[in-house]
Amino acid sequence: MASLDRVKVLVLGDSGVGKSSLVHLLCQNQVLGNPSWTVGCSVDVRVHDYKEGTPEEKTFYIELWDVGGSVGGASSVKSTRAVFFNSVNGIILVHDLTNKKSSQNLYRWSLEAVNRDLVPSGVLVTNGDYDREQFADNQIPLLVIGTKLDQIHEAKRNEVLTRIAFLAEDFNAEEINLDCTNPRYLAAGSSNAVKLSRFFDKVIEKRYFIRDGNQIPGFPERKRFGGGTLKNLHYD
Amino acid sequence: MLVGPSDQNPICIASVIVSHLQVFFFGFGWLFFMRQLFKDYEVRQYVVQVIFSVTFAFSCTMFELIIFEILGVLSSSSRYFHWKLNLCVILLILVFMVPFYIGYFIVSTIRLLHRQRLLFSCGLWLTFMYFFWKLGDPFPILSPKHGILSIEQLISRVGVIGVTLMALLSGFGAVNCPYTYMSYFLRNVTDTDILVLERRLLQTMDMIISKKKRIAMARRNLFQKGDVNNKPSGFWGMIKSVTTSAPGSENLTLIQQEVDALEELSRQLFLETVDLYATKERIEYSKTFKGKYFNFLGYFFSIYCVWKIFMATINIVFDRVGKTDPVTRGIEITVNYLGIQFDVKFWSQHISFILVGIIIVTSIRGLLITLTKFFYAISSSKSSNVIVLLLAQIMGMYFVSSVLLIRMSMPLEYRTIITEVLGELQFNFYHRWFDVIFLVSALSSILFLYLAHKQAPEKHMTP
Repeated sequence: MASLDRVKVLVLGDSGVGKSSLVHLLCQNQVLGNPSWTVGCSVDVRVHDYKEGTPEEKTFYIELWDVGGSVGGASSVKSTRAVFFNSVNGIILVHDLTNKKSSQNLYRWSLEAVNRDLVPSGVLVTNGDYDREQFADNQIPLLVIGTKLDQIHEAKRNEVLTRIAFLAEDFNAEEINLDCTNPRYLAAGSSNAVKLSRFFDKVIEKRYFIRDGNQIPGFPERKRFGGGTLKNLHYD
Repeated sequence: MLVGPSDQNPICIASVIVSHLQVFFFGFGWLFFMRQLFKDYEVRQYVVQVIFSVTFAFSCTMFELIIFEILGVLSSSSRYFHWKLNLCVILLILVFMVPFYIGYFIVSTIRLLHRQRLLFSCGLWLTFMYFFWKLGDPFPILSPKHGILSIEQLISRVGVIGVTLMALLSGFGAVNCPYTYMSYFLRNVTDTDILVLERRLLQTMDMIISKKKRIAMARRNLFQKGDVNNKPSGFWGMIKSVTTSAPGSENLTLIQQEVDALEELSRQLFLETVDLYATKERIEYSKTFKGKYFNFLGYFFSIYCVWKIFMATINIVFDRVGKTDPVTRGIEITVNYLGIQFDVKFWSQHISFILVGIIIVTSIRGLLITLTKFFYAISSSKSSNVIVLLLAQIMGMYFVSSVLLIRMSMPLEYRTIITEVLGELQFNFYHRWFDVIFLVSALSSILFLYLAHKQAPEKHMTP
């Protein structure tokens, strides 16, 4: 049945920011009624029309891999998590607008996903000394989403949004701020929906339409245990 | 530091010194809270941080007063005054403030009761007080001559809870420590085991994805046909759905159930993989120098653990309570049997200082580490405030009971102040209670660890 091509997008962020609610909203257009702790990784699928409205319109499956956990967890958890970071085509970084630490931790999350070969040992990157060079040759499209917008007081909104704008610039990514319990933020035609659509289009483009020689950009297969590589078995 | 006309009054000087130290402890508690406990969360309610640091500061002051007692620092009247003062404050915190705030924060997270938060938190606090009071009934902890509203009533109950906690932690720790240190118990985990599990995990994820694709596509087709809700509505709707099968529509509920089962499986596989990685790391660690050292310590601790269990059983069976403390007994042995003569008074003071100091430091450190582990394991961004306050309550009760029990490790002349300040509690009861709970906790931990150890390797043994 899956005659469509597939694309894999990671959804990363601290626990409690609302990744599960976000993924549910994106894939099922409904608000998640009873969010609970995510153990391991939960996946959901969104059917996306690439280049909607144009003659080249094509439908793709976008797999959203919601990886749970905290960025400062035990190294055994990190090693297990790393198995989900194989051949990723796009990353959505989720943070909580009411919790500054969750946005600071996004740097560590992105490093963990990008540098999968190095076992992350608490590399603390603070706002000021963030090293953009590490992202200079990064080819994976990023999107920054801030949740719980409704819980920010009107007065503090500007300050928070400015800070987030800097954050998104650091990642060279678009940013969306919304409230996962209210579907109107992603209503068709709104600027958020357009940004989202553009992001998914970019991911699909990078995966299927831009070829560098004969190599499709993405992650090279990780070499583990000094020997064989892990084959990805797909059931199509 | 003020040293002026007030230096005639010893209590004033003592207060200055003690309050400086308290500020220092408060700062330490504050930093610990910020750097360790709440390092991934944002502190929004500073009340919580203040309460935690205050509880920590006053608990540490109690220990500091014991040390002062042994070393003979400050005059005994000022020490007594500060003891009483500190005790009152700590009881106030543990019985009134912290439970009230716990109730308040619990009520705050429930949206329904938001309006009358104060009312409901008072209600919760009264319920807590009722059960707290009832706690004293089944235990023979008070002599009848104590009035209803005396410090002894509160201390005795706090003591029961705290001693239970101490014995539980102590029993589990005594068994768990050699189990984790010794490499004898480490299961043999090879790289292939991990690879196999990971492959299964990814396969399961792929199966989940393919099923979800079917659901998503089916839902999209139905949506495009105009049936937003794919449930049959009304009599004709039901007939229609039975007789016709629209192309692309399948029994979505069945697929959804399969997905739920697969998701549960993926969670289990994930947890097992984490376990295997942790074991592999421990195996690698045990080959290092530090690992070998800890392995050796593990053997030593297992002997110590067996001895403690044995002693606890003897104490209970023969109903005996030690009268002399280890320091005096040790000195007696050296003087009488080994014939070494030395200044008993001088040495007993120093040795008990060192011994009591070690006990205090290790119990504080051990408790803080355990609390941190618990906190990381069970807290989430919503419940972090409540959990931290619960931990502060546990910490306070734990420290108060340690003072109760530490009395046994000190020579007679230093015990008097604790006996005076705490009133005439039945100290023997507490020691007996500690032994009973310690025994129960240690034996059940052994049983639990044995079962867990047995069951695990059968799951993923490479044939």
